[in-house]
Amino acid sequence: MRFSRRAMFAGLGLAGLGLASLAPALVYAEQFAGTYNPQATQVADGIWMVRGADEPIAFANGGAIANTVIIATDDGAVVVDPGPSLSYGKAIRALAEGVTGKAVIRVYITHLHPDHSFGAGAFDAGLVHALSATRHDLERDGEGFSDALFRVLADWMKGTTVVLPQGDVTAGETVIGGRTLRLFALGGHSSGDLAILDEATGTLIGGDLVFHDRAPATPHANIAGWLSALDRLAAVEHKQVIPGHGPLDTGNVAIPQTRDWLTWLDGMLHDAVLSGMNMTEAGAAEIPARFANIKVARYELQRSVSHFYPGLEAELLPMVGN
Amino acid sequence: MRLIKTILPAAASVFLAASPALAEGLPADPLGSPMWEYHAEKLFTGGPVIFDNRVKVILPVIAEDQHVVPVTVDARKLDGVKRIVVFADLNPIPVAIDYRPMGAAPFVATRIKLDQRTPVRAAVQLADGSWHVAGDWIDAAGGGCSAPPLSRVRGDWADHLGEMRGAAWSDGNSTRLRFGFRHPMDTGLVENIPAYNIETVRVTDAGGREIATMDVYGSVAEDPAFTLVVDRDGPMEVSARDTSGLEFTGELAPASGKRLSSGQ
Repeated sequence: MRFSRRAMFAGLGLAGLGLASLAPALVYAEQFAGTYNPQATQVADGIWMVRGADEPIAFANGGAIANTVIIATDDGAVVVDPGPSLSYGKAIRALAEGVTGKAVIRVYITHLHPDHSFGAGAFDAGLVHALSATRHDLERDGEGFSDALFRVLADWMKGTTVVLPQGDVTAGETVIGGRTLRLFALGGHSSGDLAILDEATGTLIGGDLVFHDRAPATPHANIAGWLSALDRLAAVEHKQVIPGHGPLDTGNVAIPQTRDWLTWLDGMLHDAVLSGMNMTEAGAAEIPARFANIKVARYELQRSVSHFYPGLEAELLPMVGN
Repeated sequence: MRLIKTILPAAASVFLAASPALAEGLPADPLGSPMWEYHAEKLFTGGPVIFDNRVKVILPVIAEDQHVVPVTVDARKLDGVKRIVVFADLNPIPVAIDYRPMGAAPFVATRIKLDQRTPVRAAVQLADGSWHVAGDWIDAAGGGCSAPPLSRVRGDWADHLGEMRGAAWSDGNSTRLRFGFRHPMDTGLVENIPAYNIETVRVTDAGGREIATMDVYGSVAEDPAFTLVVDRDGPMEVSARDTSGLEFTGELAPASGKRLSSGQ
């Protein structure tokens, strides 16, 4: 371990939190960001997965909650989703160069959300590509995301700016350095969701269309559209799925599990509105036992109540009076 | 002091409210809010103040949208509830609702705007004048009260103003009412948009008797929505008035909720 003054202060900060019950004032001591240390795990020939924490975006994890994928090609490395901040993106670039022995020649952003897209600034802007809908979404929401992430992540975000990807990705096969990638232009988790199949290894990179043992997030979701995108992905022949969040799926469980959660969520929210529950009560709804191992389930359920409930009430409750 | 109080009770209570003497009579705030004494001295007239965990204030684990934060207050473990005041210490418009459930259970749910991390509390006043207070901190991004409502951004707020949706779910003894209005609920804190909000909600039964009334403030979320539980069956008339004097009314039929939940 390399000791820097900052790392030592960070250590003191953690000690302060541990002692919170004895000395409440220490809770308010300033915290300093640490150093990202992403780890690449090889999941197929020439493909590495960098796991995000299966948690909400929080200071403690530096916002590194999404999975990143590194693909080796003859011409250089391809990175999918460079993470939440400039310094995370830089760490991913170094990691990609380390494991592939080549420079990064292309970066894909699967969708607008900042835990996936904000590391783009670590790369030459000309290398960063996404669906046109994703570029459009980031033009609209990027600064708002930036405010929100700086508020929560503070120093972890140092130097991070909104870097718009080129919105030039279209569906179909593309060959990079001898490697054939099949690109799918889908939507449902957001207005533009890119999924990528590595043909040689049968590795399907689902972006946030696929969650695995981590509850799906729905801030820009259209559930019906998302379910049809999952139908499309399920029909694509593949051997394993790298989800946007959660562990590698080699047992064909992540796509059905995401579908199961979304279907349950949609039905539960409809029933809650029709049976007279309010948002608080819907957010406290029992989560079925089959989702017991799904991380941050209650947290994402309550977020989803916020995303969908007012709209469902406007749709389902009858107009009265006047 | 006693002499002054006798001669000028109203003026004295205002004066006393600002004096350290009353602040010393307040219980220490378990939430450590910088605004506790300020709000307590203004709000809690007429009786002692007690932090009471029989008052349940239910907040989400995250204020996902600081414009629409659901709050439920359940004081059904207390008898003789006269008023329920919901407020957020650090909001620019601290009080959201002041509810008087004359013929209703001491239970209310609504959605509020938050402008920053703040305590959100309910203060429940009983017939003996005492105030029973509970609440918790909730984190929130800024701008809940100081960004324009969505319908102002879209520009269609006037097209749907006052539209009311709702239903009633009766179980034979009591009736749950859920209703909401289309209304921008402008706080007055957004440039060039003056304050404009629903300010009262009234529930009356078929005989015209007042069942519940509520004062509503600009910190209640756009398109305000309410859940109440009234102590009788039968059709309930809900009427709301806004700060421009417009009245919005609608009747919630006793079987309307049952029809919805049975899919008819």
